[in-house]
Amino acid sequence: MARDSSSQRTDAPRIQVALIGCNHRTAPVEFRERVAFTPQQALSAVDELRRMGILEEAVVLSTCNRSELYGVPGEIDEGFAEAMEKFFTDFHQIPRRDLNGRLYRWVDSDAVRHLYRVAAGIDSMMLGEAEILGQLRAAYGQALDHGATGPVLNRVFQGAIEVGKRVRSETEVGARPMSLALAGVKLAERVFGNLKGHSALILGAGAVAEQVVEHLRSRGIGSLRVVNRSFDHASELAQRVGGEAIRWESLESVAGLPDVIVTSIGGAGPVLTRAMLERALAARNGRPVFAVDLGVPRNVESEAAGLYNLYLYNVDDLGEIVEQNRKAREAEIPRAEAIIAEHVAKFEAWRATLEASSIIEDLRGQFYKHREALLRERLQDMPDVSPEERQRIGRITEELIERVLEKPAKRLRHGPGLRGRLGAVDALRHLFGLEEGKE
Amino acid sequence: MLLFAVVRPIQRYNPSRAGGASQFMTHYLAYLTLALYGASFLCYVRILYTPRLGVGRLATLLLVGGIVSQYFALLERSRWIHSVPYNDLYGSMSLFAWLLGVTYLGLETFHRQRSVGAFVTLLLVAWMALLGLITRNEPLVPPPARGPLFAFHVTLNTWAYAAFALSFVLSLMYLAQDRLLRSRRPGKTFWRFPALDVIDVMSRSSVYVGLVALCLGAIMGLIWRHRLSGGYSWGDPKVIITLLILAVYIAYLCLSRSSQWRGARAALLCASNFVLVMFSYTFVNLYLTRFHRFF
Repeated sequence: MARDSSSQRTDAPRIQVALIGCNHRTAPVEFRERVAFTPQQALSAVDELRRMGILEEAVVLSTCNRSELYGVPGEIDEGFAEAMEKFFTDFHQIPRRDLNGRLYRWVDSDAVRHLYRVAAGIDSMMLGEAEILGQLRAAYGQALDHGATGPVLNRVFQGAIEVGKRVRSETEVGARPMSLALAGVKLAERVFGNLKGHSALILGAGAVAEQVVEHLRSRGIGSLRVVNRSFDHASELAQRVGGEAIRWESLESVAGLPDVIVTSIGGAGPVLTRAMLERALAARNGRPVFAVDLGVPRNVESEAAGLYNLYLYNVDDLGEIVEQNRKAREAEIPRAEAIIAEHVAKFEAWRATLEASSIIEDLRGQFYKHREALLRERLQDMPDVSPEERQRIGRITEELIERVLEKPAKRLRHGPGLRGRLGAVDALRHLFGLEEGKE
Repeated sequence: MLLFAVVRPIQRYNPSRAGGASQFMTHYLAYLTLALYGASFLCYVRILYTPRLGVGRLATLLLVGGIVSQYFALLERSRWIHSVPYNDLYGSMSLFAWLLGVTYLGLETFHRQRSVGAFVTLLLVAWMALLGLITRNEPLVPPPARGPLFAFHVTLNTWAYAAFALSFVLSLMYLAQDRLLRSRRPGKTFWRFPALDVIDVMSRSSVYVGLVALCLGAIMGLIWRHRLSGGYSWGDPKVIITLLILAVYIAYLCLSRSSQWRGARAALLCASNFVLVMFSYTFVNLYLTRFHRFF
């Protein structure tokens, strides 16, 4: 059973934002793989949705952790959410029985709030991750270039990007490292400041070492040396990251050169002993060394931790820091939610103004329709009225309509209280039977 | 209460010498200086939590505003006494705070590093508050005229003390950061402190400024003394302690690049050296020296 927020509403507004999708919380990776969109598929999906008249505007956001379809429905009725879900399952050729509550559906403020939470990184698997904002920006950019967005989704997605930026700059939701590799590199920055111009020695050529190297490279580390028991593996990694491969036998001779040492070598026994590091520090004239030991069992002799100007962190130390940071990020969620609520309210206010304009236009249309019918009917029985007089009567009735609409229009656009304005829009729609008129 | 304490000494200065407008102006500037330093402190704290370029620039701008405001307050005071304010505790401490602010601003601009600002502006606010609380309620007596050479001697020496105070703050920060790094359990504050290398470089820069100012100030003082009496007063405790201060800070600069002292030990040495500066600024001035005793 898909979760649905649309059923809670009784008076649906005319400008709606709808969302259907799944993420890491509602669906396992096997399902997410099946409903993922490639960039090309995303474009053909939005084209199809618009061609079928299900949506007027559409954006597909597909990452490794989520697959979501945002849109503005063409017709406001109960069926659009069902239609979106049907399209979603048909597009990916998934039997409805396989859904099993894995899709969520949100409309209006709930859909907008969800998108803003995604942009802020608080709906991510790794709380506060920064990549999602770039992915969201790319998805929106693609839809915008393709002409699949309109005023509503432009407003919603631009708001989401702003929320993402604000949450990251005004809160600490994304401020602290959440992976062992990044935590190690961030700690090195606490010692050396900017890592540009500094040197690093990587012991081991495994996946973790590669992650560390990526972070070091992205921070502009000056020189990078890779040492591994297998020289071929060291060369391979060094080539990939633009470093220098060093033979295992030369380890002692290069240990004194780097500012940062990262070790992640499997196997028994420490690779770097206290004596080796002592000699390295002496060769560096006491300049500090930051060492991250990611190996289990440890690659650096534990006695080395007491050496002056050697800052040594092992995998448990980093794990604890990551855990501390996770808690610190979680503590920032209420501040992020406050920013999100502020922007959702802004969107609501904008929508109310837009709806007020739209209802006034609808009312004006209805009044003019009645006026034309009435004038036609009455003037039929008055053959002695000259064409000039008919025109004059027409102008007077036009003026009457404009005067009648002037004050309500002003109050709907600029009146105090969003809730009151939305209520007035609903009341007008109901009183003048505007929905019926549309149908 | 705190604000009142800070402006109190100025309010009570020699009303017969200062016109109503001047008195109002100084009063106003004292409030303004404290408010600007306080606001700058808040902005610097803000950027420690959430680094934003705009807020950082505002913090610097407010600090500049505080420095300018304090400059005019000191200028007003100098006009009353026709001298650099050195012979009363309030004037001397205010000059010290102003030079501390100027030195920090120079370092911030040179090193493009604002993360120390919160600590320095906190010191400025505390210093301004303290000087309001401890200064006595005495009328301002103009010192005897001693000429521009003497004014430079006093200003440069005070500047040196302010620079050493800054290096003291930076050294304490270094020690705290080093301790957090060594504990391998860095808490919330750890990520807000600047990097060890940055603190170290700023501390050394500050000591360089202090040494140059102290050397020049001491030379000018010796020349002034020689012109006045034909001698150099080498035996005066103030002269002896100044030479000692020069020696310990030069030792710090040399040792801080040696294999055994580089890092936390050098920072500890730098912080300890400041004890000597404080001793010279307070005890020596008040009790030991003959011709450096002003208040």
